[in-house]
Amino acid sequence: MEKTLDQFAVGEHGIVKNVVGEGKIKRRLFDMGITPGAEILLRKKAPLGDPLEVTIRGYELTLRKTEACCVNMVTRESTATAARDKGVAK
Amino acid sequence: MRRFALAGNPNSGKTTLFNGLTGSTAHVGNWPGVTVDKREGTYKKCAEPIAIVDLPGIYSLSPYTPEEVIARNYILDEKPDCVINIVDATNLERNLYLTTQILEMDVPMVIALNMMDAVEKNGDKIDANELEKRLGVPVVKISALRSKGLTELMDKAYNESKKRRCGSSVLEESDISHLISDVKTALTGQKVANPLFHAIKLVEGDEIEVKMHKDVLGVVEAFKETYTNEIFGGDFEALVADGRYEYISKHFAPVLQRKIKEKFNLTRSDKADRVLTHRIWGIPIFLLILFAVFHLTFSEDFLFLGAIFKLPELADIPAFVTVANGEETLTYGARWLQCIYDGGVMSPGVIINNVWNNMIVGELFGLIQGAVEGSGMQPWAIGLINNGIIDGVGSVLSFLPPILVLFLCFSILEDSGYMARIAFILDRMFRRFGLSGRAFMPMIMGFGCSVPAMINTRTLADDKERTATIRVIPFFSCGAKLPILTAVAGAMAGAFGVGNADLITLAMYILGIVVAILSVLLMRSTTLKGETPPFIMELPTYHAPQFKNLMLHLWDKTKHFVKKAFTIILASTIVIWALTHFSFGWQYLDDEFINESILANIAKLVQPLFTPLGFGSQLGEFGWVFVVAAVSGLIAKENVIGTFSTLASCLAAGGHINVEGLDIMAENGVDAVRAMIMANPAIIGATLVAFIAFNMTTIPCFAAVGTAKAELGDKKRFNYTLLFWIAVSYVVGAMIYTIGAWWWTCFIWTAAVVGVIAFIVLRNKKLAKKESATTL
Repeated sequence: MEKTLDQFAVGEHGIVKNVVGEGKIKRRLFDMGITPGAEILLRKKAPLGDPLEVTIRGYELTLRKTEACCVNMVTRESTATAARDKGVAK
Repeated sequence: MRRFALAGNPNSGKTTLFNGLTGSTAHVGNWPGVTVDKREGTYKKCAEPIAIVDLPGIYSLSPYTPEEVIARNYILDEKPDCVINIVDATNLERNLYLTTQILEMDVPMVIALNMMDAVEKNGDKIDANELEKRLGVPVVKISALRSKGLTELMDKAYNESKKRRCGSSVLEESDISHLISDVKTALTGQKVANPLFHAIKLVEGDEIEVKMHKDVLGVVEAFKETYTNEIFGGDFEALVADGRYEYISKHFAPVLQRKIKEKFNLTRSDKADRVLTHRIWGIPIFLLILFAVFHLTFSEDFLFLGAIFKLPELADIPAFVTVANGEETLTYGARWLQCIYDGGVMSPGVIINNVWNNMIVGELFGLIQGAVEGSGMQPWAIGLINNGIIDGVGSVLSFLPPILVLFLCFSILEDSGYMARIAFILDRMFRRFGLSGRAFMPMIMGFGCSVPAMINTRTLADDKERTATIRVIPFFSCGAKLPILTAVAGAMAGAFGVGNADLITLAMYILGIVVAILSVLLMRSTTLKGETPPFIMELPTYHAPQFKNLMLHLWDKTKHFVKKAFTIILASTIVIWALTHFSFGWQYLDDEFINESILANIAKLVQPLFTPLGFGSQLGEFGWVFVVAAVSGLIAKENVIGTFSTLASCLAAGGHINVEGLDIMAENGVDAVRAMIMANPAIIGATLVAFIAFNMTTIPCFAAVGTAKAELGDKKRFNYTLLFWIAVSYVVGAMIYTIGAWWWTCFIWTAAVVGVIAFIVLRNKKLAKKESATTL
């Protein structure tokens, strides 16, 4: 199933499909390791519901919902398809 | 001397490695033009001494943050003899991302694989030889914390620095490798240094590079026309970033052998995080920690022991009291004891403060002052040395203990990794004001002292956010402003029989916070407009802070502050002292004749300006006292009430005012202020509230102004900041006085405020429209 990272529930994980949005923020997300194919776990939400804390590439990253909605994710059920898509692209 | 640059991610142990290599030789400054720490030191255990330059901690070499631009320009332009890239072995993938970018530069390079001990403790293994083979540069396993492997690292780096290295890229396997090599060939033809690095940045469409190499751009554009990619479209920046991570996961991940295969297992840090950022308990725990910090720094009744057990004060215990000249004083031993206990146990911060101020600085300066007084010098010379220089420097040095203790507490929070979590917890709240959660800490530190608070704004990434934060920090009423509040509020309660003095004090604190919030909103929607800075931040693993690092950090701050105390602040206090002790005829005046001084005359001259605030022309004969008191607060806010006492006593001595039944020399200053209230019948409650508000929000003390100047960096921005403080305090004071004196003026003020808001909103809308029109 496809959805953006900000729609994830705590404890849910999936694989990055692609990242959209404005250059500066997108570049920052890429630099921090949120690239297509990376696995992300939504670890928790801040006490006020925002920002989010995720585990990516073995470390903890925090980002706001407004930034997380730039990240399109594929959740477990359809992981296989995402991997195939990426293979085609390469 | 050879120069080695240290580059790596934040939290990779760069500072620890730097301290380990350079020891006490390090010195801190700012990079030209920006206030990012520039640290340099010398390594002496090699064949020849080597200068070590610590580059800012970065994740990438993108053109978007000042730190990243500094790091890349340093390597490209200053051409260090070797780059030591420190890599956190516990977080290999993301750390190697930066490595792949530095590799592209034509510079000798060594990888320091740090935190190997932590990796081995987890039972994981990293094959350093394999990593070395794949990267093509030497890899040395080190533990910066335990100073292991540093000699080997430096020997390898020294060897490398004698060789030449050409950049290599991990993107050679990707489908844009042809494009990269074409651009590289074109650049090599133009004899550009670091052709590979520039070529890849050009392919990325990096804004700095595009400006530099317009001529080669055609090649890139032509290629982009023909190339499509299903995932990225024509976004080459994304393509390059993805290519790097792709390569890292494919080729470097196998180097790491994890004992536990589970990807998202819970570590000890995660368990701590579960409690500290808990959905419900996170905020209460944070408030408790904050309270503990202030309690440890400022409380004179540690753990409330005195209040709970009703402990006696020292002066009430006969054994500690001696009678000298008919006055009861404490014995010398008891005065030492008083630093630790007086009707309650002092908190560690207060103990340090007491020992420093009462026993060391107080005694020492007292001795010097006594010697000067007995030296038979001219009265003006004695005055200059004792009251001008020594008192001035003393009052600045007296700030040192609370500043250092507060700084130590916050350094521990920062080092342990908790500070990042505070930002995480509070970001939502702060975003409403156009700030990020990171801005909270410096602001709250302002309640202690503006100086460390302003230095702490360095943790803010966004320049505009930082400026806005520095400007409002003085509104968070600091420790030195508290006496103004208590004295004036106490006098008010006494003179008018209104209200509760504590309530007035509390209300003024809240007023400060409200003014700060409104100011930030105003600035962020006018002069410091900008998008709320993004909040994509690493939450570092919790770990125990390192004592050595904390001490080195603290030592830096002390040096910095003391240097300032003896330069700009000393000069300023001498000037103010001269202005208060000489008449226009350049005749020396004793303390009692301060009302004839240059400053008093200037104060009388500008007094009408304060009429809208209630302490201007309407006060008549002695109203200028309020103006002088406010001006003297520019040296240190403690002076405000001290000035009231001095002026009240000399006016009383001259028989100008009636001080019957008042103890005008009392330390708390309540009666001195009361005497001035009685001497000026035009004073109403609103005058005094306006006076407090003015002092709270106007230009802070010299120490804080000096810090603001250093932290803001830009001269124009600093001047605007001074102007901003004057404007805010004037408007706030005027608003309070006029509404208090004539209630109906609140309608005028409301109308004015609504007008300003409407103007800003409309203007911003117009600007936004114009902007969208130009982008279309």
